[in-house]
Amino acid sequence: MLTVPQSTNAWDPLLRFLRGASFRFALLFAGVYSAATILFALILWFATAGSLDRQTDAALRTDAFGLTERWREAGPSAVAEAISERLAADVENHAIYLMTDADGRRVAGNLDRWPPDTAGDGEWAATAVAREGVQVEARLYTIGLDGYRVLIGRDVDEKQRLRDLLAEGIAWSAMAAAVIALLGAAVLRRALEHRLRPASQTARAIAAGDLSRRVPNSGRDDEFDRLGESMNAMLDRIDRLMEGIRGVSDSIAHDLRTPIARARAKLEEAQAGTGDAEALRAAMEQGITDLDNISRVFEALLRIAEAEAGARRAAFAPLDLVPVLRDVAEFYGVVAESRDQTIALDLPEQLELVGDRDLLAQAVGNLLDNALKFTPAGGTVRLSAQAVPRDGVEVTIADSGPGLSAEGRARAGERFFRADAARATPGSGLGLSLVIAVAHLHSGELVLDDAEPGADQPGLRATLRLGGPGASIR
Amino acid sequence: MRILLVEDDAEVARFVRKGLQEAGHVVEHASNGRDGLFLAASEQFDILVLDRMLPGGVDGVRLVETLRGQSNRTPVLFLSALSAVDERVKGLKAGGDDYLVKPFAFAELLARVEALGRRPTVDAPATRLKIADLEMDLLSRTVTRGGRRIEIQPREFRLLEHLLRHAGQVVTRTMLLEKVWDYHFDPQTNVIDVHVSRLRQKVDKGFDKPLIHTVRNAGYMIRAEA
Repeated sequence: MLTVPQSTNAWDPLLRFLRGASFRFALLFAGVYSAATILFALILWFATAGSLDRQTDAALRTDAFGLTERWREAGPSAVAEAISERLAADVENHAIYLMTDADGRRVAGNLDRWPPDTAGDGEWAATAVAREGVQVEARLYTIGLDGYRVLIGRDVDEKQRLRDLLAEGIAWSAMAAAVIALLGAAVLRRALEHRLRPASQTARAIAAGDLSRRVPNSGRDDEFDRLGESMNAMLDRIDRLMEGIRGVSDSIAHDLRTPIARARAKLEEAQAGTGDAEALRAAMEQGITDLDNISRVFEALLRIAEAEAGARRAAFAPLDLVPVLRDVAEFYGVVAESRDQTIALDLPEQLELVGDRDLLAQAVGNLLDNALKFTPAGGTVRLSAQAVPRDGVEVTIADSGPGLSAEGRARAGERFFRADAARATPGSGLGLSLVIAVAHLHSGELVLDDAEPGADQPGLRATLRLGGPGASIR
Repeated sequence: MRILLVEDDAEVARFVRKGLQEAGHVVEHASNGRDGLFLAASEQFDILVLDRMLPGGVDGVRLVETLRGQSNRTPVLFLSALSAVDERVKGLKAGGDDYLVKPFAFAELLARVEALGRRPTVDAPATRLKIADLEMDLLSRTVTRGGRRIEIQPREFRLLEHLLRHAGQVVTRTMLLEKVWDYHFDPQTNVIDVHVSRLRQKVDKGFDKPLIHTVRNAGYMIRAEA
């Protein structure tokens, strides 16, 4: 019996959960979703806050360029004048200017003194400046004009506030996104588990020994249903194999024990006997013969199981059945002759078939052997074969013996079954089991009926149908 | 003949070895595939008797494949508990010449070993087979004994031919089924015996010295002296 190792560690369920595929899929979903959200926020940030910054810088650069031009055209006083003009035109009161001379004295502008933390000429700075007694955040640019220095700036306090609002908004959205990612992941995981549960429950039930269970079909015809279908097909196949094995083990249990017991009894008897060398030798010889018969039965059982499980297809090849039938008829012909019986052949020119030559010969041989056994001396056994529509082949063996009752026909294929009339003849009772297994292996069947219905001696007609339309695939 | 037996089961090995020695053969024994391969590759043998499943990392099939890879053509008889047709095919494909499934009768093994070890040479195709006063002409497909023509059917001809080609050797019933009829199955009845007795009727009846002999518990043999 199969045992599933039981875990004793309390953390195992968690570990199993974390390693589970549904958890990984959920994690993947959350990851992809988060990545998309972050990308979205970055684009938003770049397009808004970033754009504002770039606007400010562009304005400052234009300003600086304008003032430099003025310097070149008309000197320091013109620059100071331009600054005053620009300050006067600045209705929003965002502009910041300061112009100092070579000694650092203020020449023009709305700042009292040079703010600390400003960089050298031609460089950018962002710092707080005191303007009209109020500290404001400013973006600053410095230009040097031959001793004079001009500081151009913009009050970015308002823009800063906008930025903060935007950042806050993004933070809240990110949090919402994270919650949705987690929720989505959980839903995805549950959905996956829900769809996988029937299959895993079935597998568990089968592992526990209930081989009749099958994966239910959801009717959605999706990937999960297809997985379930493959699982069911696999289980059907396992079932068939198991049945074959069960058949063999049943047979071993019931029908091999008897001959083994018989052989054992004979040997024991000989051992306890008089010790006469000749008797002992005879007993040993008998013992070996018994053992040989047991191995033959065993071999036959294995062959049947092999054929029934469909495991013998390795030897399948295209063949012409007619020479095989002739061989078999000729092989058993001597037996018929020795009993004054006749084997009447009615065979076509050719019968193409894909199959296992040895097994087919053995199956027909078994049928022929049976027919000869039950046909009275001087009787006739007819072996005929013909192609039937849709690529099948039909081999018929009819005897003129007592036939088989309906009940006997129904049981004829059971392993070791022997009809009452057959008990007196040699045989193992496995012949027809093999024929049926061979027929199944060749996508066919064995049909038994009366050769001449209503006659005093109806005889038995065995029809072996081989190779239906799906002969080579099944 | 010098025979190498590679078999891991000590009891089977002892039994086979003793039997082969009693039949007049020299037997070397290796109990695993590695030793077996070493012996087979380094010494000259007339036939190798190999178990399919062997310990030592080299199983029977690998052993044969390796030998055949070194163009060693020594005949190989597989001895195996694996009876499925696939296994048999695998063994023969690997380069085995014959396959015997356990459990086996020693007589069957001996007959097969001797048949393999003394296979007729191919380079001189015989056109006539002869024993005592029995002659078989393979070209005209006629059989005469003591100058008298014996009417014989094609299958009987093949049966007699097989016996003659292995004159003096035991030929078992399964060997006849395999070689004369080319089928590998157990007919469950004594059909082969019936065929042989019919042949015997034609060949031996009316002559004072029988040629076809039944070997108890083994099979048949054709030989000149009783």
